[in-house]
Amino acid sequence: MAATHTNKALDFSTKNDWQQANVIDIYQEIIALAPDVELMPVTAVENVVDDIPSFWLDKAKLCSVMQALKHDLSKPFDMCFDLTAIDETERQHKAKFISDFTVSYHLRSHARNQDIRLKVAVSHLDKKLESVTSFWPNANWYEREVWDMFGIEFIGHPYLCRILMPKTWQGHPLLKTHPARATELAPFTLPPDEQDKEQQALKFSPEAWGMKRQNKHNDFMFLNLGPNHPSVHGAFRIVLQMDGEEIVDCVPDIGYHHRGAEKMGERQSWHSYIPYTDRIDYLGGVMNNFPYVMAVEKLAGITVPDRAKVIRIMTAEMFRILSHLLFYGTFAQDIGALSPIFYMFIDREKLFGIIEAFTGARMHPSWFRIGGVAHDLPQGWEKLVRDYVNYLPKRLDEYEKMVMQNALLKKRTVDIGAYSSKEALEWGVTGPGLRATGYAWDMRKQRPYSGYDQFDFEVPIGHKGDCYDRCRVRVEEMRQSIRIIEQCLNNMPQGPYKAEHPQTTPPDKARTMQDIDTLIPHFVNVTWGPVIPAGEVATFVEATKGIMGYHLISDGSTMSYRTRIRTPSFAHLQMLPLISKGQMVADLIATLGSIDYVMADVDR
Amino acid sequence: MIELVFKLLEIVLIIALLIPIAAMLVWVERRMIGIWQDRLGPNRVGPIGILQSVADLLKILGKEDWVPPFSDRLVFILAPVIGAVCVLMSFAVMPFSPSIGVSDLNIGLLFFLAMASLAVYSVVLAGWASNSKYALLGGMRAAAQTVSYEVFMGLSVMGVVLLTGTFNLREIVLAQQEGWFIQTQFVGFIIFLIAGIAESHRLPFDLPEAETELTAGFHTEYSGLKFALFFLGEYLGVTLISAMSVVLFFGGWLMPEPLASWLPPLLWFILKVFLFVLFFILLRTSLPRPRFDQLLSFGWKYMLPLALFNLLLTAVFKLTGGFYG
Repeated sequence: MAATHTNKALDFSTKNDWQQANVIDIYQEIIALAPDVELMPVTAVENVVDDIPSFWLDKAKLCSVMQALKHDLSKPFDMCFDLTAIDETERQHKAKFISDFTVSYHLRSHARNQDIRLKVAVSHLDKKLESVTSFWPNANWYEREVWDMFGIEFIGHPYLCRILMPKTWQGHPLLKTHPARATELAPFTLPPDEQDKEQQALKFSPEAWGMKRQNKHNDFMFLNLGPNHPSVHGAFRIVLQMDGEEIVDCVPDIGYHHRGAEKMGERQSWHSYIPYTDRIDYLGGVMNNFPYVMAVEKLAGITVPDRAKVIRIMTAEMFRILSHLLFYGTFAQDIGALSPIFYMFIDREKLFGIIEAFTGARMHPSWFRIGGVAHDLPQGWEKLVRDYVNYLPKRLDEYEKMVMQNALLKKRTVDIGAYSSKEALEWGVTGPGLRATGYAWDMRKQRPYSGYDQFDFEVPIGHKGDCYDRCRVRVEEMRQSIRIIEQCLNNMPQGPYKAEHPQTTPPDKARTMQDIDTLIPHFVNVTWGPVIPAGEVATFVEATKGIMGYHLISDGSTMSYRTRIRTPSFAHLQMLPLISKGQMVADLIATLGSIDYVMADVDR
Repeated sequence: MIELVFKLLEIVLIIALLIPIAAMLVWVERRMIGIWQDRLGPNRVGPIGILQSVADLLKILGKEDWVPPFSDRLVFILAPVIGAVCVLMSFAVMPFSPSIGVSDLNIGLLFFLAMASLAVYSVVLAGWASNSKYALLGGMRAAAQTVSYEVFMGLSVMGVVLLTGTFNLREIVLAQQEGWFIQTQFVGFIIFLIAGIAESHRLPFDLPEAETELTAGFHTEYSGLKFALFFLGEYLGVTLISAMSVVLFFGGWLMPEPLASWLPPLLWFILKVFLFVLFFILLRTSLPRPRFDQLLSFGWKYMLPLALFNLLLTAVFKLTGGFYG
């Protein structure tokens, strides 16, 4: 099934990027269902530039609105996409409803293909809020994160404790009062008694999680898998409650890879934050830059030239292949097949060679820029890409025989770790993990961005939602990515690779010596970094592992006021207890491999 | 008296050769896997990396001989020794060539089976003495796996015993002068090989140490020389199963003319064994690992009935004079 030659000319003349449906409709529908609720649309001061309908609501009415949205509405909102908070205490552009803290709920209805953003103001005198875990099971981790980072308490939460920071941590890091740099703190020391205390805090207590130590017949064994274990793909700890080799229950423990990426966003200029984004999903390379630069461009009002759009899509799809190839190999390795990964590393090596020719770097090129990409494609790039496009499908055919058709591998993965579309939506699963259940929802098709609507490709889906299907979907996605890359190759538009806009970073230098109006913005943008207008925006892309997005709030300065990174892996790991119950240890390893997460993406 | 000295010399010589061979196998394996996986493998120490095992050995000798404080000290130290000793003991009954072989025990085959069963104590005790959950799970798996696969390993060679009417391995080899038993005992051979892989804990039957699941299984807590002993035991085990397959089914040192006159019998034997070892290594590069319960049910549901059926068929043919009249 080699990629088919398509020569359909790409046409970017009309703006075909997806836009949100009518805002007024949803407003009236909610009001009709919950008449006592007052929904206040966001004000002009907030300047929400994405088209997600956003409303303020009173915190006492939170649950009744959630009830209406989740259960009462026809075509209800079926996914809690993101839940986060903002410390507003130092905000300059304060809108009418803003108090000390804002808790922001981002919900999604797949049937309507519509999102909604609800904002609740919380005062520092009463940092409490009703928990929404009874409506959205996956709000559990998000609320824990908000508590961990901001100290906002959620009433009725099943187990509100730290999630990203160590149990012994003092304070809440994302508060504006919390220092962002180690140099603002006392030097770090770890005397032996402190170390003992830290280690003691890591000890797992089943009782705290409501687990029993034995049942009528057996004592359970609590197996500590990770944070250093060959198959947890990074620093990830799962405590298994086991009856023999069967898993009764498990508790995933994350945060070992937390490096405060969101906090760093508040201390870096808009431009110099780009390299940090590369390291979120460290296998995704420029795919990570994508939603971030799109968000900043939206805030600044920059239109990206066609050539830059196509270059972005081409390199992003290359990184999708790179990430999926690594997944493919490690998945096989988790099942015990040792060889495939070595063959796939050769393919990755070749593709990294192309990335290197384009960008000068390999895994983390940090190559997208606000307004375009860092440089134009090198001379002779067509041949490099053409060779690869002709090379990879043959290799994939071989892997098909080696991995996908292997009877032992099928035995280990078919019907293992399965979940339904409904469960997937309930737990916020996106990307290949959702499509493996047979739910054809791909951001690039459903909500095209950056010109994806111009490309011919299919959305591969599975049927059972088991480990095997999750692998199958990714394998097919690689073939589709090749198709997209081939179309980019055949239809690369001419023109600039960077927008001509004062906020483009680094700005165009050609005319700086000719006129003062170019020189001054250039000087300012290069020294301070661009000043992005105050506003709020959230943009998302179909990244390698699911939907990744940046929710940025600008306060009209050279740095972001709040950078929220919505990552797919965080959501995917949260449902682990649900799928692992009743599995054997070996199944859990297969399931972990098939989820394809990256701990850097989970912990940020 | 002289005879005894010679015998002792022979034993020492065999052991002195076997252990370096097992160590060299580590290098052979890494090198071959490298080739099959499109990469180089160890090629730095000595010409084409041939001294890699020596370097590994030196490194391991330099390691701290550490016994975890939470383990059962005596058993912890004893376990790897049991493994290596049991495998080495099995070589006592091995007929290497017409003139070389430590003992012509008339129950040689039974002795081999007994030693193979004893070797499992090494793994089980290691798992138990480590007092670590991963090691315990590994030991548990090893016990279940060995108990199940031993049953039909014994049954699979009974066909050969029926045909020859002896447990003496040398006589079994000599009985193959008319034709190797692989022709008549093909099913028996396949079953023996599968059981043999399971006995030596090699992929796809490496569940007791399944790296991706149990980190290192029963030897999670081992390091230094004691770990090296496990390693040695494993590679000796591979050699043993390969040699046993050759003796039982591929005519031992025998070769049909004119090939037989090209090389001395001992070399033919070594060559055949080496081919089997390569097969073991190739298996490791090409197969995924089944799940624990799948492995057991495969053993009891398919392998055991097949072994019994093979035995029955052989008996019928023997009675009716089907094979050699």
